Amino acid sequence: MKAYLSIIKIRFNLLLQYRIAAFAGIVTQFFFGIIRVMVFYGFYSSTTGSVPIDYKVAISYIWLGQAMLGMIPWNGDSEIQDLIRTGNVTYELVRPMNLYNYWLARAFALRAAPTFLKSIPLFIIALLLPKEYRMELPPNILSVIGWIVTTFGALMISCTITNIINITTLYSISGDGIQRLLSAIVTLFSGMIVPLPLFPDRLKQILSYLPFSGLVDIPARFFTGKIIFNQLPKYFSFQIIWAILLYGLGQWILNRKLKDLIVQGG
Amino acid sequence: MDIVANELSKVYKIPKRKAGIMNGLKSMVHREYEEIVALNKVSFEIGKGELVGYIGPNGAGKSTSIKILSGILTPDSGECKVLDKIPYKDRINYVKNIGVVFGQRTQLWWDLPVIDSFELLKDIYKIRFGDYVKMKKELIKWLNLESFINTPVRQLSLGQKMRCELAASLLHSPSILFLDEPTIGLDAISKLAVREFIKKLNKERGVTVILTTHDMDDIETLCDRVIVIGKGEILSDGSLKSLRNRVSNERRLILDFEQGKNTFSIEGATLVREEKNRLIIDFNPDIITPANLITALSTKYKIKDILIENPPIEEVIAQLYEELKI
Repeated sequence: MKAYLSIIKIRFNLLLQYRIAAFAGIVTQFFFGIIRVMVFYGFYSSTTGSVPIDYKVAISYIWLGQAMLGMIPWNGDSEIQDLIRTGNVTYELVRPMNLYNYWLARAFALRAAPTFLKSIPLFIIALLLPKEYRMELPPNILSVIGWIVTTFGALMISCTITNIINITTLYSISGDGIQRLLSAIVTLFSGMIVPLPLFPDRLKQILSYLPFSGLVDIPARFFTGKIIFNQLPKYFSFQIIWAILLYGLGQWILNRKLKDLIVQGG
Repeated sequence: MDIVANELSKVYKIPKRKAGIMNGLKSMVHREYEEIVALNKVSFEIGKGELVGYIGPNGAGKSTSIKILSGILTPDSGECKVLDKIPYKDRINYVKNIGVVFGQRTQLWWDLPVIDSFELLKDIYKIRFGDYVKMKKELIKWLNLESFINTPVRQLSLGQKMRCELAASLLHSPSILFLDEPTIGLDAISKLAVREFIKKLNKERGVTVILTTHDMDDIETLCDRVIVIGKGEILSDGSLKSLRNRVSNERRLILDFEQGKNTFSIEGATLVREEKNRLIIDFNPDIITPANLITALSTKYKIKDILIENPPIEEVIAQLYEELKI
């Protein structure tokens, strides 16, 4: 266990060094957020029919998604992918530890560190914007607790998906294909682009069973008070069950590959 | 016996693709594979405390053997036991006891000071704090790392990095060390330092060392025993001397002279090269003894200096490769 903590610590430290990257990230995420908010402003002010969630909720949902963008598993750990491409992964295999857990610890740092760095400034900015574009604070303290707990659940799903992306690099070497495919699926189906409550009913139902909804949608709906606090055990266990399933899946495909793994070259 | 390899075989299947667009399209539907035999029934035994050189031309199967012995690769057939464990079956438990250095790869964290990588390895190998401090201190002293232990790895020279790699793979006090081309790309001084260290480790600590290399000086200064592999098969296994004798028992005489005739014809001796006022001669001591050779030479040349040596190991190996057509 200590080894995994040290890996998280060392990666965390390293990732916190990239301050310029974090700043650039904040700026981009802010602009993407504001564009999306304006699009929704346009939609909401021209609609006459009934809407599943009101404008204020939609806006907070979007800002939350932008602030927590670093947590979305849209790519793998570029360091691990480089290890695989260059063959340095051989050294990972002569370590007395479970490779999957080792990489999962790194995925945890990869997802948590930049989010930690970027979310706080983005939250502050989003709360200080003019009234029409502003993120609203959660209605009560229970919503905050629900949000924190489900954000942890989201992190677990995110890490296990990230690790699957890492592992698939062992199969394809480049890893680009699955990464592009997944980033499209993940951003759309998690509610990053359009909040899930605004999806057509049929699709909404299907999406609510997939792990991606646990990444953005569930925490955001707790934050905005759309899911009440006493539903927390249900939603949190939904997230954890998916995380466990994805964990098992990742372990399985890694172990399958390790049996016939070939490290090329001298 | 520390290491027992019994008829290890490994075949790589490599997708074949011919040049051109048509062939490229064809390979999308139907893939042809080429089979490359990396190891063919390789067997050997290595005892505790031995320092063995494992040599062969590029693509001979050296790295494949090391990868199997260190548990990274599973052989297609055959078996090996290292420290009474089967490496690729019980990888996680097994690797605690071995150290591995791949000369062409790196295990240190690029952006971090060397010492941070060491600390992480301490936790990964669950090294007891006291043992770690002691071992670290010793390795720093032996390999002379003091001056750059706090420098980020990316700023180190190749020689400094290799010394750190060696230290990193020894922190957990392994009883076997696999070195895959540890001197590749190093300058003369770094090579000497690395060799000195390996020797010391073997002699004072009794660590069993298996070393692959293309640098024959490594072999000459370090190894009592040499295993030669080519095209996946063991070609020779024994002492350096027996390897030499196997190829030829010729010795070499270097003669500096002041003046003399430029004709050379002595039975049992051949002229390898002629430089300005210097002859390099190979001779077979069974046919002509050194004393007789020198006498014969002294009638023709005014001798200034004479040196008799064994032919360089490079040439022996080159000759061996040629003889065996590998």
